[in-house]
Amino acid sequence: MLEQVNKAVWQTSPIMDPKAPTVLELCDIRLIRDEQHLVNIPNLTIRQGAPTLIMGPNGAGKSLLLRLMHGLISPTQGRVDFDTDVQQAMVFQRPVLLRRSVAGNIDFVLKAHRIPRAVRKDRVNALLRMADLIPKARQSARTLSGGEQQRLALVRALALKPKILFLDEPTASLDPSATHAIEALIRQANDAGTKIIMVTHDPGQASRLGGEIVFLHKGQVLEQTGVSDFLTEPKSTAAKHYLAGGLLF
Amino acid sequence: MQDFASSLHSSFGMILSGDAQLWAIVLLSLRVSLTAVMIASVIGLPLGAFLAVSRFRGRQILVVMINALMGLPPVVVGLLVYLMLSNSGPLGVLQLLYTPTAMIIAQVVLITPIIAALSRQIIQVLDAEYDEQLRSIGLSRLGSIPVLLWDGRYNLLTAVLAGFGRAIAEVGAVIIVGGNINHVTRVMTTSIALETSKGNLELALALGVILLLLALIVNAAVSFIGQGARQTAYA
Amino acid sequence: MLRRISFTVAIMVILSVGKGHADKPFIIVQSTTSTQNSGLLDAILPEFEEQSGIEVRVVAVGTGQAIRNATNGDGDVLLVHSKPSEESFVADGWGVQRFDVMYNDFVIVGPADDPAGIAGRSDVVAALSEMAKSQTVFVSRGDDSGTHKAEQRLWSETGIDVNAASGTWYRETGSGMGATLNTAIGMQAYVMTDRATWISFGNKDDYQIMVQGDPRLFNQYGAILVNPDKHPNVKADAGQAFIDWLTGADGQAAIAAYQIDGQQLFFPNAVQ
Repeated sequence: MLEQVNKAVWQTSPIMDPKAPTVLELCDIRLIRDEQHLVNIPNLTIRQGAPTLIMGPNGAGKSLLLRLMHGLISPTQGRVDFDTDVQQAMVFQRPVLLRRSVAGNIDFVLKAHRIPRAVRKDRVNALLRMADLIPKARQSARTLSGGEQQRLALVRALALKPKILFLDEPTASLDPSATHAIEALIRQANDAGTKIIMVTHDPGQASRLGGEIVFLHKGQVLEQTGVSDFLTEPKSTAAKHYLAGGLLF
Repeated sequence: MQDFASSLHSSFGMILSGDAQLWAIVLLSLRVSLTAVMIASVIGLPLGAFLAVSRFRGRQILVVMINALMGLPPVVVGLLVYLMLSNSGPLGVLQLLYTPTAMIIAQVVLITPIIAALSRQIIQVLDAEYDEQLRSIGLSRLGSIPVLLWDGRYNLLTAVLAGFGRAIAEVGAVIIVGGNINHVTRVMTTSIALETSKGNLELALALGVILLLLALIVNAAVSFIGQGARQTAYA
Repeated sequence: MLRRISFTVAIMVILSVGKGHADKPFIIVQSTTSTQNSGLLDAILPEFEEQSGIEVRVVAVGTGQAIRNATNGDGDVLLVHSKPSEESFVADGWGVQRFDVMYNDFVIVGPADDPAGIAGRSDVVAALSEMAKSQTVFVSRGDDSGTHKAEQRLWSETGIDVNAASGTWYRETGSGMGATLNTAIGMQAYVMTDRATWISFGNKDDYQIMVQGDPRLFNQYGAILVNPDKHPNVKADAGQAFIDWLTGADGQAAIAAYQIDGQQLFFPNAVQ
């Protein structure tokens, strides 16, 4: 299913369909550490469809928000609602590869979820092909280049066919061609029906991927709007400053 | 001190002559210490990993205690094990005192804290790197122990070798619970102690050189085995 | 893979060797370092083992520790050299009966330049007093061994309180005879030792016997079977067989025959 790339669907899909089913809902979420409100979100609904891209200046709480949604950290108060049967996965800014072979890294995830051996073999091969890593399947994962490592981390995250895929600046330390390879994989996953929720700093990347922007500033959601609207006419002054700085940069 | 040169010379002489009694002592040393290291690793590695990943009340106290136990004096361990295994002790019925088994038990008590404390440290560093990724995959903290142990295996070898080094070089515990009985519980270190007390310093030093070589060979063998696998699995 | 297999095989071989002892009957003898360090037991035991089929496993520690270990039931036979302690061991019921086995004597050894000027003395108490007066360093076992107890008896005859001098000219090592000799030689000090250990000692440096021949330096060894009524695991028959051999004609002859450099180390004196 992951191989079925459909560019047409991608480009014409509605950015924000208010009737699309909810994949995730944050209710009165607060994350307080040392009396600082690091994240403070009364309500945020994330719906099925095009990618949700979280943007905001450094220290806005983007990574924390992603981890709250994924359940890696618990909020001080409030709750994150989602369908518990739904498989989630996450790709980190720096890929965390296990000390084993390229194929072994994917196989590990499948084994951890008790997927039968026969199924595992085919799935590993399909994912390696998707990441263009077939020739390096037996090689130590830690000897791959940065771009290859992140590709492996991404397809490994897709191994269990997650309904939600979180990505925390997955291309932050990659060169343009490696970045494009990762974006292609993200698009492929999105087209296969995986909801993409991703932190990015790059307006260019945001416009390439499309979807909606959640703009975070000092732990609060200031805007939730379509990518092109956000990039051309940001409503909040914070977003204007952010984009101006970003463009200058 | 011209003793050292002549000891070096006579130690090679002893090795080359293939002295049967020397070989029996060398093999007993290896048997006792390698068995102790295996048992201590089976206990110490998972214990260290558990202490690294778990979060319970009193964990920090336990970590400090195990770190402190690394400094256990061998004589104290020997005495404790002697009191347990003595015919007047609670485990006297097992009739283990003055056997190689008693020496293995003493060395296990001595080195398990070393292996546990060092592996706790090693696993904690690895866990800091792996934690979010493994939880994202859906592993519980305790469920991630096997992965951490496996992926940390080359670094954990250092902990195991530290335990082996302590075990093979230790004399205070094994001489009390083993009794240094000729042909039964006499190992390299107790032989060295005996020859020193006989005033045969050159022979004692020669045995010391052989003990050193033994430790060197074991360490080299382990890193040699690790090398091949490491190249394919670890960068 | 090949490496892993060969490594595993090597481990298995190492772990399986040296296990051939368990089937043979054996006894444990708690003894003193002098009988082992002098090489006596290594010399005479094979004869007994051959005759009886009983293996003798010797744990050589100081007399005090040997008696404590035997009191705990960790041994079948006691072979030590401190008659008063041995007699109270039997009187308290821990041992069955005490047998004289052999004797030798204690000597005081010191550096060739003899700073206290005691060389050639035969009155040991006078020699010790001389040493104390000149404050020359004397090294004591300090470990409750047979030699230590004998040395303390001699000091008490001088009327000198060595405990008060401990750490100054009177130094206690708390170690075995050999370690104490090594220490004494290291500090050029006088030290009391049994003659057997001295003759067989390999690190004599320029040390010589300074005082010998005083009847008070007599050193008697005794053997006692640990009481099976106190410790049922004691191998009474095999243990008594060993004592019988030691005090019998064969054992006594073997003891008399043991020599180093033409010198006899122990003199059998069992009541036949």
